[in-house]
Amino acid sequence: MSEITPELVRHLAGLARILVSDEEVEQFTKQLSVIADSVAHVSKAIDADTPSTSHPIAMANVFREDVVEPSLSQAEALSGAPDSADGRFKVNAILDEE
Amino acid sequence: MAKAELMNYEQALEQFEVVIGLEVHVELNTNTKMFCGCKNEFGNEPNTNVCPICIALPGALPAVNKTAVESSIKIGLALGCEIAPTGRFARKNYFYPDLAKNFQTSQYDEPIAFEGALEVEVPSGAVHNVLIERAHMEEDAGKLTHIGGSTGRIQGAEYSLVDYNRAGVPLVEIVTKPIYGAGSEAPELAAAYVRSVREIVKGLGVSDARMERGNVRCDANVSLRKKGAEKLGTRTETKNVNSLRSIERAVRYEIQRQAHILANGGTIIQETRHWHEDKGATSAGRPKSDADDYRYFPEPDLVPVQPSRELIESLRATLPEKPADRRKRLAGEWGFSELEFRDVVNADLLDQLEETVAAGAKPQAARKWWMGELARIANESEEGAIPNITPAQVAELAKLIEDGKINDRLAREVLGYVLAGEGSPAEIVSARGLEVVSDDGALIAAIEAALATQPDVLDAIREGRMQAAGQVIGAVMKAMAGSADAARVRELLIEMANK
Amino acid sequence: MTDLIRKTASELAALISSGEVSSVEVTRAHLERSDAVDAAVHSYLYQSPEASLIAAAEADRARAAGEVSSPLAGVPIAVKDNLATIDAPTTSGSKILQGWQPPYDATVVKKLRAAGMPILGKTNLDEFAMGSSTEFSAFGPSKNPWDLTRIPGGSGGGSSSVVASFQAPLAIGSDTGGSIRFPGAVTGTVGTKPTYGAVSRYGLVALASSLDQIGPVARNVLDAAMLQDVIAGHDPHDSTSLPESLGSMTAAAKKLDVKGMRFGVIKQLAGDGFQPGVAARFRESLNLLAAAGAEIVEVDCPSFEYAIAAYYLILPAEASSNLAKFDSVRFGMRVEPGEKATIERVMAATREVGFGPEVKRRIILGTYALSSGSYDKFYGAALKVRTLIQRDFDAAFAKADILVSPTAPTTAFKFGDKIDDPLAMYLNDIATIPANLAGIPGISVPNGLAEEDGLPVGIQLLAPAREDARLYQAGAWLEKAHEEIWGKRMIDFAPELEVN
Repeated sequence: MSEITPELVRHLAGLARILVSDEEVEQFTKQLSVIADSVAHVSKAIDADTPSTSHPIAMANVFREDVVEPSLSQAEALSGAPDSADGRFKVNAILDEE
Repeated sequence: MAKAELMNYEQALEQFEVVIGLEVHVELNTNTKMFCGCKNEFGNEPNTNVCPICIALPGALPAVNKTAVESSIKIGLALGCEIAPTGRFARKNYFYPDLAKNFQTSQYDEPIAFEGALEVEVPSGAVHNVLIERAHMEEDAGKLTHIGGSTGRIQGAEYSLVDYNRAGVPLVEIVTKPIYGAGSEAPELAAAYVRSVREIVKGLGVSDARMERGNVRCDANVSLRKKGAEKLGTRTETKNVNSLRSIERAVRYEIQRQAHILANGGTIIQETRHWHEDKGATSAGRPKSDADDYRYFPEPDLVPVQPSRELIESLRATLPEKPADRRKRLAGEWGFSELEFRDVVNADLLDQLEETVAAGAKPQAARKWWMGELARIANESEEGAIPNITPAQVAELAKLIEDGKINDRLAREVLGYVLAGEGSPAEIVSARGLEVVSDDGALIAAIEAALATQPDVLDAIREGRMQAAGQVIGAVMKAMAGSADAARVRELLIEMANK
Repeated sequence: MTDLIRKTASELAALISSGEVSSVEVTRAHLERSDAVDAAVHSYLYQSPEASLIAAAEADRARAAGEVSSPLAGVPIAVKDNLATIDAPTTSGSKILQGWQPPYDATVVKKLRAAGMPILGKTNLDEFAMGSSTEFSAFGPSKNPWDLTRIPGGSGGGSSSVVASFQAPLAIGSDTGGSIRFPGAVTGTVGTKPTYGAVSRYGLVALASSLDQIGPVARNVLDAAMLQDVIAGHDPHDSTSLPESLGSMTAAAKKLDVKGMRFGVIKQLAGDGFQPGVAARFRESLNLLAAAGAEIVEVDCPSFEYAIAAYYLILPAEASSNLAKFDSVRFGMRVEPGEKATIERVMAATREVGFGPEVKRRIILGTYALSSGSYDKFYGAALKVRTLIQRDFDAAFAKADILVSPTAPTTAFKFGDKIDDPLAMYLNDIATIPANLAGIPGISVPNGLAEEDGLPVGIQLLAPAREDARLYQAGAWLEKAHEEIWGKRMIDFAPELEVN
């Protein structure tokens, strides 16, 4: 049985910065339970010694020389911004963390 | 922010053992950023050193800066670390507006360097072997400016502005293992450790290492445990303590604050704390929580870094002298007393002295200027920074004195003009005609004028009461506006008395 | 006019190169076709006929001046809307990006421009390429030109339908788990997922970085090969891009020879449980190959059982991180959930409104797969399964030069059939996913029509990493064999669309 609970869905949505309605929580809980159950068997296929593959084609040491390349202009950088001021991206106040 | 209650420091040390841990972020001085070709430069117009990669536009991909990797390896080697034969970047996922991608490309379980050690000397002369857990590569975040509200701080701000020029600047984060046994010297050790790291990265030439610009930043972990207890106490992490003095103060403050809480039966909350230089206190930040689930995973847009043995050895061959070795060497060369030398180290003036001596000054003269007049001026200035003068200029000043061109009083005057930007000491002396008067004719005339009002002085000198000469010397100096060569005046007086 | 749009890209390139027709004429013919049919098919999210014709005129000027930019110079092309274009909005099928115009071109787009290929427009896709039907596009689905009540495959249903409805001779797609090959199979077109790293991903709005690969969509194998030759190559802006050249795909597609080649039938994907017409056509093709002197062997890939599960952990995990940048700060949509909302609430509200349900579902699933306490049994285990799948392929390729399977278990399904059942939707990708997990190349080639519904069926060929040329060699042969049997190209069986 799945461990996906509405509380977990809310917690995960919070980590992913997505507001979710009560209906969505209910719906996602059901759907994710089904999906999670169906993928849970991956852990049966493997053991501790099986190496991981995070990159499909083995490569290493790909570097860029430390040479300056052209940047965007300030106007280009800000061109897609919903809001900006003084050459900077403007955002609402940040949740007080201090 | 209410100031917390503190326990007396000595009392705290009697009851508790202090354990500290330090995380130092070093900004590398590469030409370009960690993952893109934008300039790594401080002080430009906002959002002009940015590209699709460092402002995380959809579709952009990172590419690793080779020089940044080599600099990181050098730092690892200089800290006595092992260099990982294979290492990967990882994504550290969390949302914050200064983090364009909302993940930081960092290293997690495969840092480039690990298991090192650094010998650190504290002001008492004791040497601690600080163990290094790891040094890993990562990227800096952008800069937030909080607008509105009273203090320009995050609280009460109406909105914030983001400049991503700094986003993606290469960082190396150096993490110590828990440091035990520093006792009452833990705050000094913390500061001395950061100073050593700074010296190392500066000596390697891989960072500008300017703390006031945030090139070197420190997070200090502090925990206490009852003397004799096995279990480590809960730690707090004080963030971004950005001067050596603040590190010392912040650690001392946390010791006293935690001791008070623990002694009164309270518990320490595991949290980040912020240091306030003005108040001399830390305040609580965010407690550690579920929200700190960073969901690290291997960065799929980058491939592993596998430095070859040859590369590592060729980088090792470029390492400069270790700070501890350098100190031993300089102490020997300069012939300072142990105390004199330690004072220089603690004042963080080794580089300046070394360069001043290299420019031709005698070591004691260099010490005298940097530790004396210049330190006084620095202390009086608002930033507490070293005045705007080069070691070569200090050496020139010392040489002018040594050659008898100017005296100490004139030298101080010349120094004032140097700091005001009038030029080099020699230029100022000649432009302003500040050379001491050692022309006997002019001096004898002034002495005779002084003797006219104090006729008994020559007799007194003849009788061996040399202190009487002082009055005449003083009068001559006054008459000649301080430009007289005092030693010569004294000689002339004695000659006249003995005629 | 009809004549021009029915031609293959290689035919058009030859006509343009010889000066018989201009790129402007070819481009205009395709734009007019879009005027006529795209209201019904909905392949495009954006077109700028003016910009397309300016690019075509420039191609004509270059040709007249004797400048040869590429073998496909002057041939117009459609581009999936998850590639950044400096002169056109790039939405990736999502409301959250609606109206965003990138300040840069994707590397592949740059290559197309340098090759003298006018861009006809940006094609539709499931939001952020998450889906198999285009039903998850925020801007409405594309239709299958064979039957407008059916899906054109996904996520690249815009690119498959644009080529199948003769609105473009070529298109660019992206394939994370089958998003080029599945749409190819259900629309009677050709689609290739090249070896991971053969084509730069720079400028591709990332879904799952370790699985995504850009590739060609075409009406025949030779055209796909020519297009891969244009877009492939090392790119210093993509650290995962292969340093070496994989040789000429065009040359491989012209060999038309399968004699002595060993074809491995994957036991786990041999057609059991597939739609009968799909399985039947697959067996017929095996017989064709055998008759032509190819060797047919069976290979066993036991770990494929876990492929979909591993894929649906790795993809959401990487996607959850890749899609974090959509936060309303630097580009895209911003939703204010009320006065004086903090940026945290603005971000959460923007992502609530801006992302569709499938995207949210996968982000939350991916967040779960990576979260502390779940990592080892989900994401970590999936990375290990990936190793097992690579080992299965290694063993299989020791016995065979090429592996074959049907591209998809069924022909095109009807809109709405699977939209509420994520698992059923995910099963479409059962044959295509393993190649993405292993980074190997795969192609879907038209394989006749299914007996029961008359809809196109695809055959998938897989080759070892960097051996993309084998796919074009064998694929072109199979294509020709089918044309001989059926009397004409598969795509020419597609119904004429009602012209407005």
